[in-house]
Amino acid sequence: MDEGNTMGIIKTDKLTFEYIRRDEEGNVEGITRAVDEVDLDIRQGDFIAILGHNGSGKSTLAKHINAILYPTEGTVWVDGMDTQDESRLWDIRQEAGMVFQNPDNQIIGQVVEEDVGFGPENMGVPTKEIWERVEESLKAVGMYEYRKHSPNKLSGGQKQRVSIAGVIAMHPKCIILDEPTAMLDPNGRKEVIRAVRALNDVEGITVVLITHYMEEIIHADMVFVMDQGHIAMEGTPREIFSRVEELQELRLDVPQVTLLAHELRQKGVNLPEGILTIEEFTEALMAVPGC
Amino acid sequence: MSDVENRDKEETKIMSLILDHVNYIYGEDTALAVHALKDINLVIPDGQFIGLIGHTGSGKSTLVQHLNGLIRPTGGAIYYNGEDIHDKDYDKKKLRSKVGLVFQYPEHQLFEIDVFKDVCFGPKNLGLSQKETELRAYAALKQVGLADEYFYQSPFDLSGGQKRRVAIAGVLAMKPDILILDEPTAGLDPKGRDEILDQIAKLKEETGITVILVSHSMEDVAEYVERIIVMSRGSVLYDDTPREVFRHYKELEQVGLAAPQVTYIMQALAKQGMKVDTAVTTIREAKQSILQSLGK
Repeated sequence: MDEGNTMGIIKTDKLTFEYIRRDEEGNVEGITRAVDEVDLDIRQGDFIAILGHNGSGKSTLAKHINAILYPTEGTVWVDGMDTQDESRLWDIRQEAGMVFQNPDNQIIGQVVEEDVGFGPENMGVPTKEIWERVEESLKAVGMYEYRKHSPNKLSGGQKQRVSIAGVIAMHPKCIILDEPTAMLDPNGRKEVIRAVRALNDVEGITVVLITHYMEEIIHADMVFVMDQGHIAMEGTPREIFSRVEELQELRLDVPQVTLLAHELRQKGVNLPEGILTIEEFTEALMAVPGC
Repeated sequence: MSDVENRDKEETKIMSLILDHVNYIYGEDTALAVHALKDINLVIPDGQFIGLIGHTGSGKSTLVQHLNGLIRPTGGAIYYNGEDIHDKDYDKKKLRSKVGLVFQYPEHQLFEIDVFKDVCFGPKNLGLSQKETELRAYAALKQVGLADEYFYQSPFDLSGGQKRRVAIAGVLAMKPDILILDEPTAGLDPKGRDEILDQIAKLKEETGITVILVSHSMEDVAEYVERIIVMSRGSVLYDDTPREVFRHYKELEQVGLAAPQVTYIMQALAKQGMKVDTAVTTIREAKQSILQSLGK
């Protein structure tokens, strides 16, 4: 029985993932707990960010959401479906689509529109509808004019947008992006984040963004910070960015504007913590006497 | 020769690399010819810390591969310590030990059974004795701040940041005069980025090596370098100190770049009438300027 009405689109209960480390000869060296009793409850339409240093477990956690990995202990539900229920695997993967880090690893079509159509085609969607979905998905990510192009000649940011289009053509409720901008230049990063925000704002698709670029998460509804497999901090972007020293101890960072405000505050300038944008900073500083 | 000419000749000898009207065309004489480098004139003196920035396709990577002779210009010449590196008798192998190039994701180059052996590969191929090779490998690993306990582990067991340091050590073991790093922080977490850049800055302080840092992070570049070369569409757009280069933030934006966030912050404050230095490029400078303006 689906409990989709009462729980969030993505829910995890004491999610734990362990794997065995072996040495060169195949002997067991030890067990690594990559994800350690994580509880999540993500509502439909939310924009969630998961931060964490390299090795914190954030990517391993993300791979559970569309059943690339299965929990060693605990449970993961996507739209009420238990990811370990084999009979629902394809439904789960249709509802939760994933985009990975390397723009070169995810595109298989020779032509952009063929690659985007691959997913719906495999779902058995009628041909006419496939083309409708391809068109609307490419438009949603701003790549419609490239539909007849070869993916080889696209920039990294453009390739990632095509990958995103390929996922949303399956009409998922949720899209998970695992460090989608790590291999892109600043322009590419901006394009991808803009497309992702539009999907969330306009189409209402739930977004789970895994990243360690702090500027990308300031519009998130909720931020989770991972460390050694468990959630070390959670809150709104403003709440998280107020805790500068804690973030630095977790090998993370804050946007320059947040750090500047924090350092001025330490020198006695009366500024609030958790400043996210230049506008907020300017307003707050103007309100300080002596300005 | 006059005194001036003599002095200039002496100075030319000290200056490491000179690019003289360098042009490069990919696929020259074909329908797909791309003029990747257009009349590049640059002087890279000893001991400078240089940032090289530019949008994707600006010619940065092409330029960098000219510096150690991997690519030969289609026009113009490149001089290292006064000698034309594409002269018939010039020893390119020696050049490559003097101009060390660390590509992006250098850990992809690691292959040996343990870290120490991997770093020995370069000097060994230079024909050095076993003893000299090992001394260099040890010194290089220490220079990148890798603890002794990792020296005999498989490189593949290390973290991303550690692997990267091993790869850089492999280049340092060649004892280059110039170290070029192409996006050394790509894929690292924020602390990892800081650690590697701090290590490079420390290395530069201690050895006086010339460093060229190719990066997409304006903040990183502003923090560490004394000179920025901006490439755009195959030409050098700006070549100056960070302060001067980032003054042109509007022009930089038009070519797909930007200034560090602090520069924009100061511009916004100045617009509101605050008396601050709008040309700052680091948090430290911004803090000082704002505190000064507040009379603290």
